[in-house]
Amino acid sequence: MSNEKIQAGLDKYNASVEKAISRFPERPNLPEQRLYTPLDIKDTDYADEIGYPGMYPYTRGVQPTMYRGRFWTMRMYAGFSTAAESNKRYRYLIESGATGLSCAFDLPTQIGYDSDDPISEGEVGKVGVAIDSLADMEILFDQIDLGKVSTSMTINAPASVLLAMYIAVAEKQGVPADQLKGTIQNDILKEYAARGTYIFPPRPSMRLITNIFEYCSKNVPKWNTISISGYHIREAGSTASQEIAFTIADGIAYCEAAIKAGLHIDDFAGRLSFFWNAHNNVLEEVAKFRASRRVWAKVMKERFHAEKPKSMMLRVHTQTAGSMLTAQQPNNNIIRVALQTAAAVMGGTQSLHTNSRDEALALPTEESVMIALRTQQIVAYESGLADVIDPLAGSYYVEALTNKIEKEAWEYINKIDEIGGAVAAIEKGYIQKEIQDSAYKWQMDVESGAKTIVGVNKFQIEEEPPKGLLKVDASVGVAQCERLAAMKAKRDNEAVKAALADLKAACQDENENLMPHILNAVRTYATLGEICGVMREVFGEYEAHVNL
Amino acid sequence: MEKRVRVLVAKPGLDGHDRGAKVVARALRDAGFEVIYTGLRQTPEQIAEAALQEDVNVIAMSILSGAHPHLFPKVVNLVREKGMDDVLIIGGGVIPETDIPALKEAGVAEVFTPGTPTSAIVDFIKANVK
Amino acid sequence: MDIVEELLKGNRLALSRAITAIENEYDEAVDIMKRLYPHTGHAFVLGITGPPGAGKSTLTDKLAKAYRAQGKTVGIIAIDPTSPFTGGAILGDRIRMNGLTMDEGVFIRSMGTRGSLGGLSHKTADAIKAMDAFGKDVIFVETVGVGQSEVDIVKAADTTMVVLIPGMGDDIQAIKAGILEIGDVFTINKADHDGADKLVRELNMMLDLDAHGMQAEQTSTEKALADQFHHLNVAKHAEGMAWRPPIQKVIASQNEGITETIENIEKHFKYISETGILQQRRTQRTKNEMLDVLHSNIGKYITGKLSATGKLDEYVAQIKARETDPYTVVANIMQDMLKE
Repeated sequence: MSNEKIQAGLDKYNASVEKAISRFPERPNLPEQRLYTPLDIKDTDYADEIGYPGMYPYTRGVQPTMYRGRFWTMRMYAGFSTAAESNKRYRYLIESGATGLSCAFDLPTQIGYDSDDPISEGEVGKVGVAIDSLADMEILFDQIDLGKVSTSMTINAPASVLLAMYIAVAEKQGVPADQLKGTIQNDILKEYAARGTYIFPPRPSMRLITNIFEYCSKNVPKWNTISISGYHIREAGSTASQEIAFTIADGIAYCEAAIKAGLHIDDFAGRLSFFWNAHNNVLEEVAKFRASRRVWAKVMKERFHAEKPKSMMLRVHTQTAGSMLTAQQPNNNIIRVALQTAAAVMGGTQSLHTNSRDEALALPTEESVMIALRTQQIVAYESGLADVIDPLAGSYYVEALTNKIEKEAWEYINKIDEIGGAVAAIEKGYIQKEIQDSAYKWQMDVESGAKTIVGVNKFQIEEEPPKGLLKVDASVGVAQCERLAAMKAKRDNEAVKAALADLKAACQDENENLMPHILNAVRTYATLGEICGVMREVFGEYEAHVNL
Repeated sequence: MEKRVRVLVAKPGLDGHDRGAKVVARALRDAGFEVIYTGLRQTPEQIAEAALQEDVNVIAMSILSGAHPHLFPKVVNLVREKGMDDVLIIGGGVIPETDIPALKEAGVAEVFTPGTPTSAIVDFIKANVK
Repeated sequence: MDIVEELLKGNRLALSRAITAIENEYDEAVDIMKRLYPHTGHAFVLGITGPPGAGKSTLTDKLAKAYRAQGKTVGIIAIDPTSPFTGGAILGDRIRMNGLTMDEGVFIRSMGTRGSLGGLSHKTADAIKAMDAFGKDVIFVETVGVGQSEVDIVKAADTTMVVLIPGMGDDIQAIKAGILEIGDVFTINKADHDGADKLVRELNMMLDLDAHGMQAEQTSTEKALADQFHHLNVAKHAEGMAWRPPIQKVIASQNEGITETIENIEKHFKYISETGILQQRRTQRTKNEMLDVLHSNIGKYITGKLSATGKLDEYVAQIKARETDPYTVVANIMQDMLKE
């Protein structure tokens, strides 16, 4: 059918709509365009812009067969108060056939403080496991063969130290570093922009990250050295386009830093992975996943001249949107998570964590976690969504939306380039301000009723307070501090002092890779707080840029 | 006379989730309050001392890590020890319903859980500020 | 609590309450100021101003730490704009000075402009006095330098520092709105960013113009600038100022250039002390303050009386009907009142 014919039909349709609207007005606050037709994607070249799975520009997915071969990895992020408790859970999971572990750390660990630091009071073991030294890491992986499992660690500012501890535990088990498999999040830029668990200023932090890239490319080649995360940017209130734009801008900054440090793009780009949020608007999310792959492929090919296909593939882990869970009528969250799961799967994610219904109230109970995992399995096995690759491709709306999100993302990336890149944009507070403005707009839309959240601003009911929420035992902190004191009394404190002095000197020499020095300190049982303390002395601490 | 309600918005504890605190800060400003925003990782001692120097009428705190049973009462006690008896202290974040009675007992005037419109916080402050 | 007694004893809450009374124009504020006045006049007051985003708060934080290291106590008044629409304000300077909160030798107070800028400079001056009477050795007044109103506030200072950063687009255009004239000391913050040297060069040129005349290799922009700023230097000479404001490059976030900045501030203070300019400035300030109080009180008194007797509305109606004019009315009012 020719475009003229379609246009003629559309004109006729539009005229009829005018009449219909005069009698039955449309709901307020809808997207501008009511209907999509072939005319909306008439300029989209199928071969160049959409293409085929496993082929450039990867709009339809990074693998040729996608879920027809194997489903996405169903990876559930979990944290337990102490190393011993977590170890018990990990061993149970491995006995049940799991090959991937996922570690959540408590906040003092994430910010480089020991459990006995006054600032850690009330936080030890609360949102994950507390790790103070190699001794805790030995307990965490006791009787677990690090040569066989892959371990994902949600750790950023002190990622180098936790990775060093992991390598040191493997050494003690007799597992060489080049056999180790796993991921560290290691994405400091989004910590400044959205998540808040930063330690050092951006420039020394970027040095630590490139030190890790370099060290791992030589010594721990199977390790995924970074997971560039949009998840937290979205949680902080960004839009879908902002989520992928700011994250890809961060990715560009990491690549540039690594190249500046002397690495070749194809030596590390294949080890980069991404982390997206799966939000409520199903079709917008699917379009976001598709657009993000296309943008990244173009960035890698056109900007960095990558040659290996793997360097151009945006591989992504996804988590459903925690901020979209409601404390009101929490069982409704099961439905939200199911829709978000559908979006992530139709968007072509490589792995997925599903949130539990009670997470707007507390850490999830075991029963809630089970439902969340079952949600993924139902989508995988029963829904049919995983049976055909990229099933929404060719939808006039989804393709047009994919184009629109891509265009908005480029506009942001270009703007950030003008400012001088992601690091400069964060230092100026530009990215933070854009996210805050979106968050505020969202909240005002909910309060004005322009946006409906079921159970929150519409369809509310009187509710009994929910029962059976998980509570973390308050004695965890005390016991952890006692263990730490006992360890410090036992270790060779002279060796610790020497290792820390050596680390300090290395920090002061910008050309030195810090990883071997950190590993050296970790082996002497220097604590996380001591090691980060030395780095704080030399590097200083980041001061947040707040421009409300 | 040019009296304005002054509010200290702070995040005690170590969690970095400040979306709520920032949205509330802006909403309070738009409601005509003077908002002193002190940001992440504030110790109870810092919060109490900042409240004293700024002579605020209200302290609004947000915690999402679960450290509220420890940190909220600590702030209340420190503020009262400094002789600021009339400061209205409120909290918010991921806080289980079952924890709220103990927090109120400890002197937290009101606790706002997820889904609360900012207008409810504004109204509460207007009704209760001294 | 007797606020004055407690304040003079070093009670921080009393100082805080005194500033609130000043800011909110409570009736007791006048009494508080009367009783504090004899205890003032000891502090060194440093004004810090510059465009938004120049890093003034971070710089204030570092300077305060440096003064603390010298054993001096510090007071900081940080002023942020109030929204003209809602009357609310985000007072966000404190967040960059969180590290000072637990130092008992430092007291930080954030203030909103609250609409009436004339009133603000008066209130700021009183808040400075409260901190002075409390015993602070150095008092910082930090304000966004965007217009004449802020310039007035900074006039309460002994030494005024102007903070600029490179890469703000039309650098010099941003500066020309008055803040160059008030700088005793210039600081180029974020000096590791592109354009720092260019900014220093341009500033030097403006400040040197009178001493060195036209320079050999001037670009057209520099020439245009030279013309624009010629009157400035002329004005300063007319005041008998032989002070050449120094320019210091600083990276406040990394603590670089802080010592040198303090040296510049101290040099300036020494200069104005030795030349008698300090005394001149303080005399002028005292006079201005007294006149401010006088004008404000007379204004309030007369307005109050006119309102109470209903004459105000009467006069307005007459003027509006063109039966008389404002000048005649005021002349008559003055005559009546002064007779009383």
